[in-house]
Amino acid sequence: MTPAQTVAGERILEPARPKRRLADREGLLAKLFLIPTFVYIVGLVAFPFVLAILFSFSGVTTGNPSLEFVGLRQWRTILGSSVFWTSFWNTLTFTLISMTFVVLISHVLATILVKDFRGKWIVRFCVLLPWTTPASLAAVSWLWMLHSIFSPIDWVLRWVGLIEENMYWLGRPFLAMGSIIAVNTWRIVPVATVIVMAGLMAIPDDINDAVEIDGAGPWRKLREITLPLTLPISAVAALFGAILTFADMTIIFVLTRGGPTQSTQTLSSWAYFKGIEGGDLAQGAAVALFLFPLLLAAAIAILRLVRRSEVM
Amino acid sequence: MAHAVEVRGLKKHFEKGDVRAVDGVDITTEEGEYLVLLGPSGCGKTTLLRMIAGLEEPTEGDILIAGNVVNGLPPRARGIAMVFQSYALYPHKTVLDNIVFPLKAAEIEPTVRREKADWAAGLLGIDHLLDRKPRHLSGGERQRVALARAIVRDPSVFLLDEPLSNLDAKLRTSARDELKRFQEQLGTTTIYVTHDQVEAMGLGDRIAVILDGKVRQIGPPRDVYSDPADTFVATFIGAPPMNLIDRGDHLLGFRPETFLPVGAINGTGGSVLEVDVRAHRIEYLSGDRHVFATVSGLGPDDAQIIARIPATVDAAVTVDRDQRFAVHEKDLRFFDGETGKRTDPRPVRS
Repeated sequence: MTPAQTVAGERILEPARPKRRLADREGLLAKLFLIPTFVYIVGLVAFPFVLAILFSFSGVTTGNPSLEFVGLRQWRTILGSSVFWTSFWNTLTFTLISMTFVVLISHVLATILVKDFRGKWIVRFCVLLPWTTPASLAAVSWLWMLHSIFSPIDWVLRWVGLIEENMYWLGRPFLAMGSIIAVNTWRIVPVATVIVMAGLMAIPDDINDAVEIDGAGPWRKLREITLPLTLPISAVAALFGAILTFADMTIIFVLTRGGPTQSTQTLSSWAYFKGIEGGDLAQGAAVALFLFPLLLAAAIAILRLVRRSEVM
Repeated sequence: MAHAVEVRGLKKHFEKGDVRAVDGVDITTEEGEYLVLLGPSGCGKTTLLRMIAGLEEPTEGDILIAGNVVNGLPPRARGIAMVFQSYALYPHKTVLDNIVFPLKAAEIEPTVRREKADWAAGLLGIDHLLDRKPRHLSGGERQRVALARAIVRDPSVFLLDEPLSNLDAKLRTSARDELKRFQEQLGTTTIYVTHDQVEAMGLGDRIAVILDGKVRQIGPPRDVYSDPADTFVATFIGAPPMNLIDRGDHLLGFRPETFLPVGAINGTGGSVLEVDVRAHRIEYLSGDRHVFATVSGLGPDDAQIIARIPATVDAAVTVDRDQRFAVHEKDLRFFDGETGKRTDPRPVRS
């Protein structure tokens, strides 16, 4: 009902005053809508981060929750530990090799999946399957696949005649590292494939036609057109995968628990074993904080690449 | 001498959506000719061009370039070059690298590559842009780079797919003129696709008017304009289009500029048809007057027509008053009422 309506022929002289409703007050709304994000960042990111920094300068353990300042003692301890350096190099090896495979495999899969062919849906389904498999189910399957006695991989290899006795995938340092790299690659390839597919589909059809008109063969096309044009997005996929790999400890926790003899220990798994299972919260926090500059660098690189590919 | 490009009974059927994009086309071009494929969007002209280029395989029919059947051959083996509507420059390569890319693909010596690129860039006046990336270029400059990339390989046929439609209207006229002079300089056979009849009339040695995958008429611009083969060509070409008056079993047509006030009509052009006209609006457009009017006595009903009075004729035309207009009988065209095809002249007065 408008205030200007007439009641029984009598005119209401007061002009209609437009009302400012809540939906019109953008300043207030902006603050209101920001609250959930703000609460989330402060509560679940900033607070644990500050707490971790405090912990790393204290002597806190699960048995002694007092925040007693001990200076750089915890940092000196972990930097002096040989396990730290093993974990550090393992983290780098684990991440770099996994990501190399992820980029290669996801490029191949994405190239296949952007084409039209019969039965494409089933290939797409299989590619995305690892991503949709619940982590616990995946872990159990992989434990079985790599089991020292019942491994089906060993069984097949024995049957083919490639090996005489079981490989003990998770029992030898080199094979254990290879195994966790394989499982991690398996886990991250689906996301990377989707990202690279988006990059491939963003190349205009005209560009692909022009390459054909200009007479370039498939190798030249890949080297001079497709790869350079998908480079930014491949880098985003790799860095995204690297962050997931750096910060992940579930694969190692389930498969090797860092063994044999720390050969698959990474910073995040060691931080977990030390801080949570070992109860030394302070040292766990210090180890975990070592990941921070690496993750920060990766995140900054991603944001820059995204911006660069936007202006192109 | 073999025809530069010849297509015979060409058909393209897309399974998706069951579309006959090109439905039986026969066209031949002469060496050095500028042929324009003109039609509304979705008429199949771009599909036809892409089949000639080798980007699409025809469902049926043959394509011959320089007398050889090229069906099934990849674009690089056809001796053609194509300029795309979007120009399709490689965004990560410099202008120079864009221009030499076809030469690199053909594995030509680096020194020869550079020579040819410099020649093409000089011809198009883009020598100063060679180090830039496409994103730093204006629309007109991008178009020149696309042209330069097309000419470096010395193709026997140029295929141009609406190369002017991404330019703004003011630039288009001068770009059109440049394009024409450029082609005359090189003398390369050119097939040019457009939906813009002004471009078609201005550029083409011949125009092929296409609708629903079929060539409706092919001929020099003058012929297509003054002797349209059917009512579609009559109304698609010309702005304002040809006036068509329904007379039952046939249609009577005349171009707006042939229909003038009685006093302005030239008496020496043979017999003249005079009719009553009532103008209801007059537009002044760059000197010409477009008269929107109702004529009576030409068909069973009154008909709406447009007359275009050139700037050189200063006969007075008044709105909302009956006046006598006239048209030479030689300027009248007749079309079948059913099929819309041209027919022989009929008696105008019953």
